[in-house]
Amino acid sequence: MTEISVVSLKIDGVQVSVPEGTTILKAAKDNGILIPTLCDLEGLTPYGGCRLCLVEVTGSPKLFTACTTQVNPGMEVTTNSVRLKNYRKMAVQLLMSERVHMCAVCVANDHCELQALANQLGVDHVSFERHFTRETIDSSHDFLVIDRNRCILCTRCIRVCDKIEGVHTLDLKQRSKDTEVIMDLDESWGDSCSCTGCRKCAKVCPVGAIYIEGESATQTKHRDVAEFITERRKRK
Amino acid sequence: MTTNDIRRTRLEKVLKNHNYQESALLEILHSAQGIYGYLDRNLLMDIAGSLNLPPSHVYGVTTFYSFFKMRKPGQHIITACLGTACYVKGVEQIVVAIEKEFNLKRGGSTADGKLSLLCTRCIGACAMAPVVVLDDQVIGKATKELVIEKIRNVLEGVKDESE
Repeated sequence: MTEISVVSLKIDGVQVSVPEGTTILKAAKDNGILIPTLCDLEGLTPYGGCRLCLVEVTGSPKLFTACTTQVNPGMEVTTNSVRLKNYRKMAVQLLMSERVHMCAVCVANDHCELQALANQLGVDHVSFERHFTRETIDSSHDFLVIDRNRCILCTRCIRVCDKIEGVHTLDLKQRSKDTEVIMDLDESWGDSCSCTGCRKCAKVCPVGAIYIEGESATQTKHRDVAEFITERRKRK
Repeated sequence: MTTNDIRRTRLEKVLKNHNYQESALLEILHSAQGIYGYLDRNLLMDIAGSLNLPPSHVYGVTTFYSFFKMRKPGQHIITACLGTACYVKGVEQIVVAIEKEFNLKRGGSTADGKLSLLCTRCIGACAMAPVVVLDDQVIGKATKELVIEKIRNVLEGVKDESE
């Protein structure tokens, strides 16, 4: 029997022991401490894009993304402080200001992770200039729709399409403010020949950017699909 | 694109040299642009197929780097420097004037494919700001009148006396 080495560390003052190679995020979650995230999803490769899971590690002036940082023995992690809360609030505001986020007219209203997080953190206004983008809305697919104005570029859809479904229809084009989720060679979704229409992108989308025509977010959103399939595959 | 195209043969050689490895995508795109002049959709699809990579990934990499061109460049290319010094010295007005005069947009070409307008970051000639490069000729301390006249001459095939 191979021995799994265990790492002991302190999260928010609580002594915890987790297997070596675990991320701070997972270690905290397994011990009942929830760190807010938007891009991370169990079953998918960590991305470190949303910057909401930032944590403090005693002895280092810089902040670490909990989803991509592995635990070290003797680490002392703080997941909640005034400084972190301010940074998280700022991150949510920046995401909100980047594109069009109008909850009242969004299909994911009340089923939106960005909205929930803004409520949880007490973001009651956006102190940055808001960009009301005019990105394309693609409804050429039989039932899948993408509204790029609502996209927060968390790449969950891309990772689920690549890792779980395995077709990698989706990817990002360009960079900075021009970044967009594309299908194949920037084709319209209806023309994409590699898309299998598995709907997993719509299920995991944290906001209302990808949705299914004529379906409410209550029906569509199943964000544990990636974890579920990953676990099932392990048993095979 | 036909299979007996000499450019395709050259591309095949590049692909073979890199052993069709997906990690060599960037070098292959670089060489492909050298061979074809620009990377169109058929070519990207071809490269994606040869390297067994998802087309969306190849497209993403291509559009990430401004070095890669996806449209056929015009016969003549005018490049405006948008570096800090040139910007302060009013290169923006020159760009707008060119756009208006020749009816094209930055990053694009004229309808007849004779002229392309590109914008770039600092070319390292800040003392000559604002700088515009017409084909291989650097125009320092440029004014819109001067630049437009030079472009006219080049388009009409008039030899520049100052050269």
